[in-house]
Amino acid sequence: MSTQPLLKERSNQIHRKGSAPFELDCNKDSLAGAVSQRACVFCGSRVVLYPIADALHLVHGPIGCAVYTWDIRGALSSGPELHRLSFSTDLQELDVIFGGEKKLEKALNELIDRHQPKAAFVYSTCIVGLIGDDLEAVCKKVAAEKGIPVLPVQSDGVKGNKRAGYEAACNAMARLVGTGDVAGISKHSINILGDFNLAGEIWLIRDYFQRIGIEVVANITGDGRVADIQRCHGAALNVVQCSGATQDLANMMRKHFGIPSLRVSYFGVEDMAEALYAVARHFGEPEMLGKARQVVKSELATLLPELAVYKKALAGKKAAIYVGGAFKAFSLVKAFRLIGMDVVMVGSQTGTREDYFELEEITDEGTIIVDDSNPLELSAFLKEKDVDLFVGGVKERPIAYKLGVAFCDHNHERKEMLAGFTGMLNFAREVYGSVMSPVWQFVPRRREEKKS
Amino acid sequence: MTKMPSYTATTNACKLCKPLGASIAFRGIEGCVPFLHGSQGCATYIRRYIISHFNEPIDIASSSLGEKNAIFGGGPNLKLGLKNVTAKYSPTLIGIATTCLTETIGDDVPMLIAEYQKEFSSAQSPILVHVSTPSYSGTHMEGFHAAVRAAVEQLAGSTLPNDSINLLSGFVSPADIRYLREVTKDFGIAVTILPDYSDTLDGPALDDYPLIPEGGTKLSAIRTMGGAKATVELGATLPEVTAGTVLRDVHGTPLHRTPMPMGIRATDTFFQLLTELTGRKIPTCHNAARGRLIDSMVDGHKYVFGKKAVVYGEEDLVVGMTALLAEIGVRPVLCASGGKSNRMAEGIAAALQGLGCPLPIVKEDVDFFDIETLAEELGVELVVGHSKGYALARRQNLPMIRVGFPIHDRIGGQRILHLGYQGAQTLFDLIANALIEKKQNDSPVGYSYM
Repeated sequence: MSTQPLLKERSNQIHRKGSAPFELDCNKDSLAGAVSQRACVFCGSRVVLYPIADALHLVHGPIGCAVYTWDIRGALSSGPELHRLSFSTDLQELDVIFGGEKKLEKALNELIDRHQPKAAFVYSTCIVGLIGDDLEAVCKKVAAEKGIPVLPVQSDGVKGNKRAGYEAACNAMARLVGTGDVAGISKHSINILGDFNLAGEIWLIRDYFQRIGIEVVANITGDGRVADIQRCHGAALNVVQCSGATQDLANMMRKHFGIPSLRVSYFGVEDMAEALYAVARHFGEPEMLGKARQVVKSELATLLPELAVYKKALAGKKAAIYVGGAFKAFSLVKAFRLIGMDVVMVGSQTGTREDYFELEEITDEGTIIVDDSNPLELSAFLKEKDVDLFVGGVKERPIAYKLGVAFCDHNHERKEMLAGFTGMLNFAREVYGSVMSPVWQFVPRRREEKKS
Repeated sequence: MTKMPSYTATTNACKLCKPLGASIAFRGIEGCVPFLHGSQGCATYIRRYIISHFNEPIDIASSSLGEKNAIFGGGPNLKLGLKNVTAKYSPTLIGIATTCLTETIGDDVPMLIAEYQKEFSSAQSPILVHVSTPSYSGTHMEGFHAAVRAAVEQLAGSTLPNDSINLLSGFVSPADIRYLREVTKDFGIAVTILPDYSDTLDGPALDDYPLIPEGGTKLSAIRTMGGAKATVELGATLPEVTAGTVLRDVHGTPLHRTPMPMGIRATDTFFQLLTELTGRKIPTCHNAARGRLIDSMVDGHKYVFGKKAVVYGEEDLVVGMTALLAEIGVRPVLCASGGKSNRMAEGIAAALQGLGCPLPIVKEDVDFFDIETLAEELGVELVVGHSKGYALARRQNLPMIRVGFPIHDRIGGQRILHLGYQGAQTLFDLIANALIEKKQNDSPVGYSYM
């Protein structure tokens, strides 16, 4: 059944390493009718801004967009939890006919009075532009009246893909940057961009940085605070994780404030260590580099013996990866290698040309590389490669489970800490806990194997 | 009681959007691929939401409109999408639901479909059913009912009379649908349940990812629904025009509307209706189940008596649960929904008649901000509804009984049985045990014998 031919229009977005010179189409609009795993512009903006915990996040549109993004991220806060509430103008038919500006203004005023946020983000959805609402004007008016930043997020779902949503989120945050007091910030200071504090990860990362003598000015956006973002231009360096979700903001800060940026990943031992080294190298302080080595050494000393147990059990098992951003995929390829597993398929929703070139380089011969895939393709790949474990998000999970394949959640909804050295161990445990389960012996796939 | 301030914004909605309901309904037709005409996000978000409840794959196609389409119309993408879905899934049917976007730009979907069929139609082409589901008017329940109605309107033809019964079961769980199938089988009735996602959203582990999972109401069965002996439509808050009224008004099929068979009395009414329609007695196994249920209610009545409950969710589920709670001696004090059918108060009053239970506060068009505020004021002791009320239960340290949709914080949402004596039995045990557990945990003594 799943040996159906792939849609012709999709063939340029799938590559098998070694089969031909590498070329892959990407960053295209999803093909109509292909059941893409992607979401929309709004989704991109919402996931980036969501963890800012002391801001009000009001979705201007009909109810769906707000309700499907209510408390779905595992992004923790050490203080206020305003981000976990779902606010919507819940547009009705009459609003669509006569416009929703008045309703938006009233809703904003009431919510700001009720919750006293430090700022408000107002997300536009597909129909906001069409019904002629001037989000900018309403936000400006309310900001003046309430004395807090009220920031429009131009996230009309229809205006591109998730990537465009990242950009809209960065544009909104950019309006905050540069408005706070930067007095007293250390010269060895950074902003952490692109970590969303899932299951408390950013606390771990901050701790590593603090141990090597670095001050973290702003978390962007995990456990994020408006005031921190307002003064984040006082940091000496932007350390950016994730494929582009917050890169636009870093670029903007380079342009306007001359702040350099580094791209890092905190997933997997090698990338985590390299992130610390790269930052230390940037500041050019031998002492800091020494401390970074010390941190890595002490973390590995506890981690590696524990990891060995899992590696022994998992060696030679086959893994498939399908995640939102390609940057996470790089780290995952390396992380699987560390526990002895072979990556046989890797793909992402929003990878760029450069990302896929890099993936092609670090993967083994025969690995399938895919952009903006869909359930039918993914299931065909899982079968073809006889995969033992699939790593992805909620939409990928039932595909794996239906076919009797183990699964590891690695998206923004997860509740397990997978970053840093501690996260590597958790990751190995997660993988082990699924791959080694006795349930697979009962699924049709393995039952038939036993027979033959 | 203090008057609730009425806020303009909705905070933590107690409703979902219309295309979600339509997608689930279409998933219950054999060989059908649900298709949303709108931007990609709608289909993806809705898939994620449905997957997290059913723990099943659900492919919902999208016309994936881009900005240009929003200006020049979504026709070309709709047609391309239909073509691609046909090529890839070979569906018997595609259920097309619109979204806010395509309704706002004014795409004339029936016309676009007619054009498409003229251009590409062949003997193998799937049948196209469409329904208008802008989420700025109505909730997922209106979307669900509208899709069922659209399927009947567009598929049921003139047909010879037959001996079967149409059962329009509403938005119930796969376990509920299986239960209804069992009951009608025990009665010896040929039945068409529409929609039937009991297999398509709760299927077995497989060797192959199915393009379209097996199961669902057969197209041939829908086509002949007009000839059925009668239609039974479950719900006390149904829209005026539904699949049931269409079958009655267009095909002359007698319509019997009855509330969801939840709790003893509504189930009695449902079984009574089946005996009238078939001229057969209630099968003994169901009488036995009823007997056991009552026996257990006696055994456990003291643990639940007088406990104040909040019930929230879809209007018909709320009416049914309220009846069940009142019958066992729990006191529903707040019945709430994000929907606004304007029929819930009436449905609840009817369901509680003669039970000696004071009428609860009934609120439509409310969100969880309102529900929580009121629940606290009323001193609620038990929370009954879907997962999104967990925050309320947790903050006030209350036991919670999970029913309805979505169940996102437990596994097995698809297997919750709400209907019939069997459903009432399971729920009674759950409720009594939840209250016992609360008492046990709160006690400094730690009895192991309650």
